Amino acid sequence: MFRNQYDTDVTTWSPQGRLFQVEYAMEAVKQGSAAIGLRSKTHVVLASVNKAQSELSSHQKKIFKADEHIGVAIAGLTADGRVLSRYMRSECINYSYTYESPLPVGRLVVQLADKAQVCTQRSWKRPYGVGLLVAGLDESGAHLYYNCPSGNYFEYQAFAIGSRSQAAKTYLERRFESFISSSREDLLRDALFALRETLQGEKLKSSICTVAVVGAGEAFHILDNETVQGLIDAFEIVGEEVPATEEGGAADEPAADQSAPAEEVPAPMDI
Amino acid sequence: MKEQANWSPYDNNGGTCVAIAGADYCVIASDTRMSTGYSILTRDYSKIRELAEKSVMASSGFQADVRALQKVLSARHAIYQHQHNKQMSCPAMAQLLSNTLYYKRFFPYYAFNVLGGLDNEGKGCVFTYDAVGSYERVGYSSQGSGSTLIMPFLDNQLKSPSPLLLPAQDAVTPLSESEAIDLVKTCFASATERDIYTGDKLEIVVLNASGIRREYMELRKD
Repeated sequence: MFRNQYDTDVTTWSPQGRLFQVEYAMEAVKQGSAAIGLRSKTHVVLASVNKAQSELSSHQKKIFKADEHIGVAIAGLTADGRVLSRYMRSECINYSYTYESPLPVGRLVVQLADKAQVCTQRSWKRPYGVGLLVAGLDESGAHLYYNCPSGNYFEYQAFAIGSRSQAAKTYLERRFESFISSSREDLLRDALFALRETLQGEKLKSSICTVAVVGAGEAFHILDNETVQGLIDAFEIVGEEVPATEEGGAADEPAADQSAPAEEVPAPMDI
Repeated sequence: MKEQANWSPYDNNGGTCVAIAGADYCVIASDTRMSTGYSILTRDYSKIRELAEKSVMASSGFQADVRALQKVLSARHAIYQHQHNKQMSCPAMAQLLSNTLYYKRFFPYYAFNVLGGLDNEGKGCVFTYDAVGSYERVGYSSQGSGSTLIMPFLDNQLKSPSPLLLPAQDAVTPLSESEAIDLVKTCFASATERDIYTGDKLEIVVLNASGIRREYMELRKD
């Protein structure tokens, strides 16, 4: 993607029918640190990589609880993410107040998507620069959604966003069919393995990642560092490659990830 | 003759609430009868709601307003938890309740509340309110249709000697938890005898360091 004369404002179409500002917003998501989500019939797990600005500072918060039954992981402009998670909390509380019932996840993501769309059609606004992985449980089961800055949203069995997320997606693509019947422990294991894929060799430890779960009978909560480290230690034997079901997973990752898609690739919002 | 309203937005559903603070516990109780006029609407309606881990509110008056008030406080507590990453303390909830009541100073919640719980030091605390939010921390209180019968009895049993005496006396009762519960049961048994709006069943909620516990006792149904 290069600078062109149609990318100054979000309300200018390009001759190919693209809104470049929205696409640039999606680039911001790709630059953020990785976040992944996966779900089974009864549980949804979110995990994110937490990189700190420097050793002196605290980590950026990337996973937020929206309600007892809904949580969200973000990638991209975390300030935008913080504001949107505040909106989600407010919507959940207002719905509970009116209907005395938890807000169905599908409704919340539509509201989020509509909110994002507004920013793609106002000349005085800019799109939110954050991708949201919304995990929740409602009467119709466990759900994982991805909300884009474009205003699109999709439901997923498993997904990864942010930098080097392609590595995690490849891992998940190979195994997602088994997730629906996974146990909570297996789901957590797969989440950590997928997260490890995005670290490109760096050692996975609980100080650089955050993991959260929501499930039947289990309110959304972020696992504490000790629990996460315990899981990592239990699942990861030193130097263990990704389990033998696929051939040498990490080695043949495509070098080109999401940094510079070719011009002929259809605009992301069209998918 | 001055024009009279042909309709009132309020109704009084009767009932009585009591709370007693102890050194490390708090007892909050109310009857479960809901009335209108001289009729009984139900014998099994709870006037008590847990607003936070250590705050329990009991309210008599117009139960529709009570319910609305409980919902507002619960929603505000959810917001507080998101912002502060912890539960509201009982004194904080007490202030919130006062502010919420005064917010509707010119169309009040017809609710007579008594808030009980544990303060930040784990000691029992009771806060008593009027309909528009005037409140005070006390060692014990009662509100509702039977309060005029119960309050003098509690004063007789629990009131500390004059606050002018030194050393300063603590507001909380030196009674043990079981003694306080027995006292509450006695209060309601007596109030039930003479107040037509109090009776059916007594619901007692006990808050202490180990958590929250509920107990019930049958009351006269006439």
